[in-house]
Parts: sequence; structure tokens; C-alpha cells
Amino acid sequence: MRAVNRKARRIENQIDASRDEAFALQNPQGGGQQRPHVPMGCSLSFSPGWEVDSAGGTSGLCQPVERDIYDCYVTCFWPAQVPDHLNNYPDWAAKCAAATKDWRNLDLVFP
Amino acid sequence: MTAAEPVYRLGEFHSLNAAGRRFLYLVPAGAIFELDDAAAALLDSVGGGATRAELLRRLEARGIAEAEDLIEELRAARAIVTGDEPADDPAAPPEDFPLQTLVMNLTNQCNLSCQYCYEFGEDKVATPQGKPKFMDLETAKSSVDFLLEQSAGRRAVHITFFGGETLMNFPLLKQVVAYANDRAARQGRTIDFSLTTNATLLTPAIIGFLSENRIGVTVSMDGPPELHDKLRVFANGRGSYDIIAPRVRELIARHRTRPITARVTLTRGVTDVIRIFRHLKQDLGFHEVGFAPVTTSPDRLYAIGDRGMDGVLDQFHTLAEEWHQYALRGQMHGFSNVSDTIAELVQGVNKSHPCGAALGLVGVGPSGDIAPCHRFVDSDTHALGHISRGIDRAKQRDFLSRGHISAKYDCRSCWARPLCAGGCHHEAFVRYGDTGHPNLHYCGWIRDWTETCLKIYCSLSAQNPEFLDRFAEGKALS
Repeated sequence: MRAVNRKARRIENQIDASRDEAFALQNPQGGGQQRPHVPMGCSLSFSPGWEVDSAGGTSGLCQPVERDIYDCYVTCFWPAQVPDHLNNYPDWAAKCAAATKDWRNLDLVFP
Repeated sequence: MTAAEPVYRLGEFHSLNAAGRRFLYLVPAGAIFELDDAAAALLDSVGGGATRAELLRRLEARGIAEAEDLIEELRAARAIVTGDEPADDPAAPPEDFPLQTLVMNLTNQCNLSCQYCYEFGEDKVATPQGKPKFMDLETAKSSVDFLLEQSAGRRAVHITFFGGETLMNFPLLKQVVAYANDRAARQGRTIDFSLTTNATLLTPAIIGFLSENRIGVTVSMDGPPELHDKLRVFANGRGSYDIIAPRVRELIARHRTRPITARVTLTRGVTDVIRIFRHLKQDLGFHEVGFAPVTTSPDRLYAIGDRGMDGVLDQFHTLAEEWHQYALRGQMHGFSNVSDTIAELVQGVNKSHPCGAALGLVGVGPSGDIAPCHRFVDSDTHALGHISRGIDRAKQRDFLSRGHISAKYDCRSCWARPLCAGGCHHEAFVRYGDTGHPNLHYCGWIRDWTETCLKIYCSLSAQNPEFLDRFAEGKALS
């Protein structure tokens, strides 16, 4: 179909946009050739995710639950309910050397 | 249990042929697409409904490649649907929708006594008793301030001067232009102006002022003398043609900064559209001429009636075809009824309301009462507040919710609703006693006219698309 008025062109743009894949977690190099999708962060390191163990607590998870803080804060750029390390809060975890011990030093932020 | 396989059906569109090609007018969106052979084949294959597998089989039989992509494309545009698409009624506009235009009724007095006038005639909604007859400077200034304040975010706003007869309060008009220009300039914004007049009071000095200040002028005029003088008369019954003709000629000759438009009211016996158009366009030299049937209850003597209206439509078609031929040669024809619709089709409007009344536009009467538009000015029933207190949001909400397209049940199945949205609120009130009632007496004509303009649009999109670009930039008339 050929768009012949402004509204039709907007629909066309929207269709074109929806055909493109989301590149948020993908390696942007590679030019025209699509490379295999290489995930980073939590999905690769088998982090607990925001989960509970079989007993409903967090002590039985394969990694300390506090690790998630860093999976969302440092290695990942996915929006989660922690401050973002990349742009706005590079020092948020500066006082938290070991999350299991120092997590109380992590404070709220007020954007 | 597995979910039933989705069945594809045709979406809501109006199809038409122009210049030997096929087009779709997608109704909920107001979008226009030209169909290529593959898309046309797909739509023809849908029939009364088909699963994806059936569609693919039928398309393969027709030799269509890349059918998967095609189905996705047409589905995304909603030319075909599976029934689980979200509803797409135009949303209600935000409550703080900024003003764009203020219509200032400088006076409710008029030196003519046109019988059909919606302000004075038998169907009037105005209740001017005990209210000022002329707007004073304070009210006018407050109105300007109100417009600037309520139009935050818009760089350019518009004031239309109206009446009564606008020029009966020309001294105020001059003061308002000076005041408004000054106020707007201080905010780094601009105001442009237009007015509607019966032309009886035009003088060389006034014409000079209008041209100098780039004030757009619309003249209410009904054609050559024998037609114009039927209803556009002075209080003693004498026609006004001989008074206005020389003034109009001078206006058109000397006002060169904006196009001059004639606005014709069609009534019983004044339906000779082509003759009226030729006279106003060629003999007098108006740049654009627009026609509208009189707003009236059906039983008035001057009401046109169905058969009269059909004759009007036939002549509209003749002029529309002329407009089309002019456009193919890259020329403006001057028949506003086509130009205005084409401008809306270029954008692909999908209206929540038929017009900007009580939304981006309000009318202000001599008393400072705010009305949904100039047609409701001075009416106690329809007032939406006062310039000193602002817009009464509850009344505005009521007006807008009744006028919203989703409140008009009869319009639900009509393919012309993106442009019409039920038609004029004032016409609806006069006919049905409710501003939110769809104007059912016009439906057939509106669809016919929309189809005519769509065909012209589609033909031009194939044969002279540059001409349509002029409308996209809003420069067609300047």
C-alpha cells in the first residue's frame, strides 16, 4: 500500500518501526549483518532475580539476594527500581563494599 | 482446550477508485492508502472471513509472493482485523486544551434585516434583552488578555471579529488590533485577525486599515442582485446588493494582503449555485467562495428542503469537477467547499468533535459572556462563563461530552465520521433541540460530498501530488 496523506504516513512509519528489533541489550556492532543475540547481566550470570527460594525466603537462593542490586545497578542498563549507575548515580553504592554486610548504607535517591 | 485460530475480516474502510487506481479511506484513522495489486488481492481474498492459512492459500493461488509480510502490514494498518484490536475512538481532549481562536462579537446590532439570520431570525438562540448592544473597550481588552492567557504554548493565535454587523463598531476594532498586537509582541507571540461583514459600511479608510493590518475579510453575500436581494435586505425591505457591490469591488481591488472570501447562504429560491459562484468569483473577483445551506428548522419558508438540496448537490459536483481540473493544472479554482475538505484530507483528521467550538475556539459577546462559538453568543442557555471569571469547566465539559463523536450513536457505522463528527452543534440545536444530536438530515449529503472530495484527493495524489503539498503547508490560499 502507498500512503497518500499525513495520517497514512504516520501509520506507515509506525509499521516500519515495529518491524525493527529492540537493540537495548544487543551488541550494536556488526553493521548490516545481524549477529547472534548475546545477553549480558542477570540472565547470563544466573542471578536470583527478584525471587524467593522454595521456602518463600531468600536464604536458599544460589547467590545472596543482595547481588541483584549490582546486577541491576552496574552491569545492566535495564530499567529497574534501583538508581542508574551509568548516567545519574555513579556513586550510589560507594559506601557499600559488600552488599550482604553493607546494604544498609544504600540510600534512597530523590531525582 | 486450544484458543480458536483468529479469523481475519475486513477492517472499517471506505474503498474508492480514482485515476484508474484503488484507494482505501481507513475510517477510524482518517488515513488514505493507495492499494497495489498485492494488497488489493489480499482484501479481495478475505471474503466473509478467513484464517491465516486460508488467506495464504488463496494468495498463493493468485501468485502473490511474501504474503506473510503483506498480511502483517494490512493488519497493522487495520485494513484487516481479527477482532482483538483495541478500540480506537478519538480520545476526549484534555480539559486545559489551549485556545487558538477567539471570536469577538463587537456588537449584536445589525443594519440589515436578513430574515434567515441565526442571530435575529425565528430560530435564534440569542437572548440579548438587557445586555449591552456594543462591546466596550474594557471587555475587549479583557478578552484579548483572556485569549493570550488561555492559549499558553501557542506562538500564534487568532481573533475573528464578528457581529451583528462587525463594522458598526469599527472604532473598537481598531483599538483591539492595536492593543492585541502590543500585548502579543510583549510575549514574543503573534495574533492575526479576520472579520466577517455584510460590506455595507466599508469605506476607503476602513479598507486601507484592513489591508495594512493584514486582516482577513469574509463578506456575507448571496450572489447576483436578484438572488442576493431576496433575503439580504434593510429593515425597510430594500435589497442591499447595490450598496455593497461597489464596496466589495473596491475591497478586492485595494486589500491585497489577504485573500477575500465570500460566504453564501443557500435558501429556498437561492440555490443557483453555479450562477452565484460565477458572479462572485468572476464578476466581482472574490478569491474564494464558500456555500452553506441556511440553518433553520425545516418548516421555515426559506428552508431549502430535500429536493432543493439535491439540486444544490448536483451543482456542487459540477463545480467540484472544475476544481479538480484546475488542480490538475496546478491552479486554484476558488470553490471553498472543496478546498476546505481537501485541507482536512491532507492531514487525515479524525475528529472527536465536529469543530473547535468550546475547545480551541470560543465566542465572546458584547456583555463579556463566553459562548461555545459565535453562533451561541448572547444565549443564556448556552453561555459557558464570563470573561471576568473564565470558562465554567462543568458547563464546558457538558457541552463537549454531548458533542463527542462517541456519544453519537447514529454516527458509529458511518464512514464519513472522521471529518463530519455529527456536524454543527448549532445546527443540531436548531433542528433537534440538543447540541449533541447528530445532524441526521444531512447524512446522505455529507457522505456524497466526502466521497466527491476523496476522489479528487486520490486523483491528485496520483497525478499532481505537488498541488496537495500546498495544502499541507497551509499556504494554499495565501
